Amino acid sequence: MATPNSPLWEVFIRSRNGLAHKHVGSLHAADATLALQAARDIYTRRGEGLSIWVVPSSAITASDPAEKGMMFEPAESKIYRHPTFYDVPEEVGHM
Amino acid sequence: MYTQALNTSDADDRNVEDAARAAAFQARIDVDERIEPNDWMPAAYRKTLTRQISQHAHSEIVGMLPEGNWITRAPTLRRKAALLAKVQDECGHGLYLYAAAETLGTSREELVDAMLAGKAKYSSIFNYPTLTWADIGTIGWLVDGAAIMNQIPLCRCSYGPYARAMIRVCKEESFHQRQGFEIMLMLCRGTDEQKAMAQDALNRWWWPVLMMFGPPDKVSQHSDTSTKWKIKRFSNDELRQKFVDATVPQAQFLGLTIPDPEMKQDEAGYWVPGPIDWEEFKQVLAGNGPCNRDRLAARRKAHDEGAWVRAAAAAYAEKRKRRQFAQAAE
Repeated sequence: MATPNSPLWEVFIRSRNGLAHKHVGSLHAADATLALQAARDIYTRRGEGLSIWVVPSSAITASDPAEKGMMFEPAESKIYRHPTFYDVPEEVGHM
Repeated sequence: MYTQALNTSDADDRNVEDAARAAAFQARIDVDERIEPNDWMPAAYRKTLTRQISQHAHSEIVGMLPEGNWITRAPTLRRKAALLAKVQDECGHGLYLYAAAETLGTSREELVDAMLAGKAKYSSIFNYPTLTWADIGTIGWLVDGAAIMNQIPLCRCSYGPYARAMIRVCKEESFHQRQGFEIMLMLCRGTDEQKAMAQDALNRWWWPVLMMFGPPDKVSQHSDTSTKWKIKRFSNDELRQKFVDATVPQAQFLGLTIPDPEMKQDEAGYWVPGPIDWEEFKQVLAGNGPCNRDRLAARRKAHDEGAWVRAAAAAYAEKRKRRQFAQAAE
């Protein structure tokens, strides 16, 4: 008999206070409580985290990589959005 | 963490693909871009990686068995704690890898079922028994050592999720090799009997470990496709040679003799091993190794005995969900 599929969760860990939670991987668990416990065992065996988020993978909406040109290209052509675009004379010092 | 002989691919499927997309895909690989789960990829790339990553995951999980065999009999509390942590790591490595494999579109349950049904391979090295405590030292020192040789290049593999899993694994794996070497060192500095035990373990594991790198380049099939796709960055023989050159001085330090009377150092300084018995490798892969049946039986037993836990967890989650809906409806 085929083993029934269990829900997939994405795991995010905050490594130190002040840093954002970062995606570290995914796991299977029947519910959120078990997902948190499994995340602790799988992703923090060496003190990697101070806080864990688990999110059902099905709750994530992702952009389509095939449309990355349309999504991100407009930002690439706007170099005037970066501070290095502007010339400030050296005498002015750090700005 | 253990890969071997995974450089088989399905080159035949490629002809049916859209040529323009396939060319764009190859161009991305050629400039070292990582391929991510939702990107277009040739069916053969997907199939090759699903097989390679899932075999790698199965190897981690089955690899817990020979070592788990010694947890209750470890000679000291320190050794027991270390071995327990190592076996736990192998389980974690298996899970990172199943998660990476799943991103290619096959569920973990299907992958595990294929392994339990005997349809998927795992590393042949785990079909050898762990007869003495020295085997635990040898596995850490040599089996994990060989695995690290294989896995470091995989950290740069073209498939993002696999490469990221490998980075985590490699970080954790170095403790495994060092604890194994330390066990060997203690035995080699101990009584004559202890040293003999270390030598005996080396004698039994040396050749199977060399086989972990897979068949020699001249007979290895499809290696070209995996190289072109940057899944594989070094050939079997190149990795095997690196391993032998790294290991010979370590054995000399321990005062152990590599069980290969024909091995010699060439003019360039490389250690050239004698001929490997590939018939043994074939037999073990075909299911005729010393422990193949035991390993599968142990995995099936664990899976079957866990069935009620999975069912109970699913039923509880379902019940809670229904209660939440009912409350929301009130």
